[in-house]
Amino acid sequence: MHILALTSACISILGAFMVITRRVAVHAVLYLVVTLLALACVLALLGAPFAAALEVIIYAGAIMVLFVFVIMMLNLGKPDRDRETEWLRPRAWVGPAALASILGMELLFGLRTLSGTGITFQITPREVGLSLFGPYVLMVELASFLLLTGLVTAFHIGRHWPGEH
Amino acid sequence: MTLLALVGIVITPLVILGLATLLTWVERRLLGVWQNRCGPNRVGPGGVLQAAADGIKILFKEDWTPPFADKGVFVLAPAIGMMTVLLSFAVIPLTFSSSIAAGLNVGLLFVLAMMGLGVYAVVLAGWASNSKFALLGGMRAAAQMISYEVFMGLALMGVVMMTGSFSLRDIVMAQSGLWFVLPQCVGFVVFLLAGIAETHRLPFDLPEGENELGAGFHTEYSGMKFGMFFIAEYAGIVLVSALITTLYLGGWQGPILPAPIWFTLKTTVLIGFFILLRAALPRPRYDQLMALGWKILLPLSLLNIVVTGAVLLLHTAG
Amino acid sequence: MLGNVRTLILTFLHAFQSRVTVQYPEERPYLPPRYRGRIILSRDPDGEERCVACNLCAVACPVDCISLQKTEEQGRWYPEYFRINFSRCIFCGFCEEACPTYAIQLTPDFEMSEYNRQNLVYEKEDLLISGTGKYPDYSFYHVAGVGIPGKERGTSEHERPPVDLHTLLP
Repeated sequence: MHILALTSACISILGAFMVITRRVAVHAVLYLVVTLLALACVLALLGAPFAAALEVIIYAGAIMVLFVFVIMMLNLGKPDRDRETEWLRPRAWVGPAALASILGMELLFGLRTLSGTGITFQITPREVGLSLFGPYVLMVELASFLLLTGLVTAFHIGRHWPGEH
Repeated sequence: MTLLALVGIVITPLVILGLATLLTWVERRLLGVWQNRCGPNRVGPGGVLQAAADGIKILFKEDWTPPFADKGVFVLAPAIGMMTVLLSFAVIPLTFSSSIAAGLNVGLLFVLAMMGLGVYAVVLAGWASNSKFALLGGMRAAAQMISYEVFMGLALMGVVMMTGSFSLRDIVMAQSGLWFVLPQCVGFVVFLLAGIAETHRLPFDLPEGENELGAGFHTEYSGMKFGMFFIAEYAGIVLVSALITTLYLGGWQGPILPAPIWFTLKTTVLIGFFILLRAALPRPRYDQLMALGWKILLPLSLLNIVVTGAVLLLHTAG
Repeated sequence: MLGNVRTLILTFLHAFQSRVTVQYPEERPYLPPRYRGRIILSRDPDGEERCVACNLCAVACPVDCISLQKTEEQGRWYPEYFRINFSRCIFCGFCEEACPTYAIQLTPDFEMSEYNRQNLVYEKEDLLISGTGKYPDYSFYHVAGVGIPGKERGTSEHERPPVDLHTLLP
């Protein structure tokens, strides 16, 4: 079990690295999908199959498809790629990379202090639902308000007014 | 136990692939039956070996990758399509005990996840082919499949609410008294339509739309890569039929006959219905398809959820 | 929606109707005698070739698939060679209509596929049959006013003896 989880974790890190190094946007998005799938595997192995399934359905299955869709519509070519390489000077990425590596080291250091007991219980969909609509019901409502706002806005923007070209 | 599971893991995809291949012949025979023709009946007894002949033919065809294509993604796309469909079968319970992971407590979500990933096959095939028709087919597929996934998931929620579980085994067990097709008839219809759209079968095969897009997303594919799309489509029909059987028609349950036979029987009838749809109905226009989805199926499935929830609440309260 | 359901039912009921397909190699469809299939050259009741190499069929042919050359033997005309390129022929039957001697005829046979295109060019010996085809009693030289060995001028059917120009008697 540990080996499977570690392999998935390594794949997700590798995938994330590939995401930021790929030149072709669709390839990058595909590596992002791989990362998400690997994360879903980790979640499932850690005993949260519901979260894993939602990760695949929502992130890998819906949002990333929309990313691919948009990239397909944009039809990026060689000039865009050249422009992007021009933007990616070391001056631009050294700062964030240093900060991120500090964060990563901190995380690794923190992980050492955690006790290494294995997973003994599974989080079933029922428990997720009970906690969502129990203690966290306000958060759920707020999130749904936010989504509703997004929906109304999208509808307003995409509306075809009569007499308008 | 582990050995048995491994054998199951090896055998299930082989059986599904065999079934899907055979289904290409069954479909052509049935289409013939419904069009006053005979269909392929020459190769082998009744034409059974036509599927094998087609398979051999397509294996020996030149496997051509267009020079303008994005080679890696081009090769990856049919593999994704095949893999997601085959993986979904892992959670379908043939009987109470015989399946790979029917007890998975998020089984239904797993199927939805695999269907969601299945979109990539079509979209990436369209993008990687680097040609107009394929791209248009891929975009249509993306919009169609993402939209219908929504209605499919919402339609399933009625079943999940009545069962109180995402596990397909529990869902079948909950139908021992009454099949869900009666109390969930609205959800059944929505799921059926969404299932057709999700497998991009006729009459909802707009991503392929021969008369306007060449062959849609697989215009540039040939040889066994095309064969994989083809087989994946037929395996998808088997999958959706098996899912409907499991979710709405009581799965393996039925009187007298043993469980696997009931399951096979129901699935076969549904597959026949899918083929009948192809024989009978013309393809709608793209905006009609989208309007059907967002203006009819979405409100219907939401209404279904509300009514189911209300009835369940009343039932438990009273 | 109801229309779609009705379509489904009607299509399903087609399963119980009879098939329109003819299982061809085992079960052969009836072809009428005047079916326009493989072209043949017929002989008259005496067993001689009917074709008089008049070239009318070659002229009538819209795809120019007939080629022939006239030769003469004791007053009787024959084709020296007669060639039909069946890879061009469209089986329109114009040659049969144009033929003044009922020599060229179309038959109810269509099974003439070949692997080699060159084999579709039929020569006179491939085209000639030993029978009379659709007109069993017709013999061109018996009704035409041409003299051939065994039949002097004026002895044809419905033909008066030739006028002797050297006499003044009526």
